[in-house]
Amino acid sequence: MNTAVRAPVVRAKPKAAKGITTYLRRYWTLYLLLALPLAYFAIFKYTPIANILIAFKQYNMTKSVWRMQWAKNNGWEFFIKAFSNRDFLYALRNTIMLNMLDLVVGFPAPILLALLLNELPFKNFKRVTQTVAYMPHFLSWIIISQLALQLFAPTNGLVNMALRNLGFGTIPFLNDSAHWVWTYVFLGIWQSVGWNTIIYLAAITGINPELYEAASVDGAGRFRKIFHVTLPGLKPTIVVLLILSLGRILGSDFDRPYALTNKIVNDVSNVISTFVYTSGIKSMQFSLATAVGLFQSVICVIFLLGANTIAERLGERGLM
Amino acid sequence: MIKSRSQRIGDGVVVFFCLLLILICLLPLVNILVRSLSSPEALIKNKVWLWPVGLNLTAYTAVLSDSRYTWSLLWTAMMTVLGTVISLIMTSLCAYPLIYPNLKGKRVINAFIILTMYFSAGTIPTYLLIKDLGLLNNPLVLVLPYCLSVFNMIIMRSFFYGIPDSLRESAEIDGAGPIRVLVGIYLPLSTPVIATLALFYAVGRWNGYSDALMFISSKFRQYWPIQLLLYQIMNSSQGIDATQMESAPGLADTIKAATVMFATIPILCVYPWLQKYFISGVTLGAEKG
Repeated sequence: MNTAVRAPVVRAKPKAAKGITTYLRRYWTLYLLLALPLAYFAIFKYTPIANILIAFKQYNMTKSVWRMQWAKNNGWEFFIKAFSNRDFLYALRNTIMLNMLDLVVGFPAPILLALLLNELPFKNFKRVTQTVAYMPHFLSWIIISQLALQLFAPTNGLVNMALRNLGFGTIPFLNDSAHWVWTYVFLGIWQSVGWNTIIYLAAITGINPELYEAASVDGAGRFRKIFHVTLPGLKPTIVVLLILSLGRILGSDFDRPYALTNKIVNDVSNVISTFVYTSGIKSMQFSLATAVGLFQSVICVIFLLGANTIAERLGERGLM
Repeated sequence: MIKSRSQRIGDGVVVFFCLLLILICLLPLVNILVRSLSSPEALIKNKVWLWPVGLNLTAYTAVLSDSRYTWSLLWTAMMTVLGTVISLIMTSLCAYPLIYPNLKGKRVINAFIILTMYFSAGTIPTYLLIKDLGLLNNPLVLVLPYCLSVFNMIIMRSFFYGIPDSLRESAEIDGAGPIRVLVGIYLPLSTPVIATLALFYAVGRWNGYSDALMFISSKFRQYWPIQLLLYQIMNSSQGIDATQMESAPGLADTIKAATVMFATIPILCVYPWLQKYFISGVTLGAEKG
């Protein structure tokens, strides 16, 4: 009995070991190739996670994160401080406000543009239009900010000169809080609308052409085809991108608000990312800024998971 | 096929809106070009519309004779080339081993990489890491911390998946190791995706400024990329417009316009040629991501 059980084990062992050695001899270079990228992720993406502890501790430059003293109120001191900080509350409000406007006004824009481009009958003209529409995506926000400052300058900017000649007054596009918000949203659409059509246009080419032919045979015109063939074909793409946008409702880009802001409109332009920069890196309140950043990423993950669950309940594929 | 009258009217409306779109996209750039070529006096007197008034190249010569600008343009170009090369190497090193179907530990490695897309440590923890690594005010900080993008890696990996396995297998039977296969077969066949990712990485470095703003203080201004220099010049002259205007009325604006042209033209010259490639790149990334 004993030998019968043991025999195959003894025989299998060297075989498996041989398998792994030949495997390693053949493929060890793959792990060598992966070493550098994995080291990159470990160093730049995973090590800083330990530093998140600073949100719960009294920051002390001379000590390591593990040895710093815990913050008051069982470590929640800086979260409490953040929520009694007027600047942070403004930043929170502005982040939600600007992202909501981006979502409501900016999300449908590339869909409409993709539908428009899809209706364009001339191939070369379509390509030129696309090339031009992709261009703003390749400009930095610093450049766009400078373009906007010169285009919308109150006295000698092109737009305000034209408005005055047409009998309208000067509009303070970037120098007044209410106007700044809309200029911010408009510039966001200007920068991204063309680029964001790429995915929708790709999805449109994936729609079965027979559906269009069948619709034509049934006597459907341009609009009917858009509503009954193209839009239903785009629905999965729209849902996935909507989930991603909803997940980002509390996320914040840094480059765009920081480049477009100025002292006059700080009350509406300061968002969480710029607050983290000014309170953390500029004023060295590392614990407070880390707490704010952690709050933001946790909420973001919750939103993303929530939006994904809702989409799956509604019978869509979802993300994960 | 002969189109009906209503169809032709519909086409006309579509063309009209596309022309409007082109106009809106190009107007801000045309405006800045016109202003950079106009004389400062004409600019102040509100005479400049869509054609240069008092055509001259003073602003461009002013930029080219200012060593801050020329150095910054050269420095940014150097960092862009270096950063792009490093990023492309890292991206191929990461993407290639992952296409081996029998790579042991693949699931763990994949999860390790993909997780970083969903969760990031945040600005301050990253800042403190950079500080601990001694990379603050170090030119390498413009190249290393963001040298590998998971999204771009996924694009490259999906492209590699499209290359038939039989090519790799027959090379392996001939005795070629993984590195030989990568350098000899995969990379030469991947020029479209390499061009796309080179564009993405290069544009990211050329246009980026927030990393330099956070990690390089103004004492080390020689390491600033052009965008940050532009930002600083833009904002410093905003506050003191009145005094500057008296000494050189309008010149500040034409010089800023000329700088914008210098910082924009390289990208505008490159991206249209790669259009076919980056469209397929974005689509690949969207499908697999």
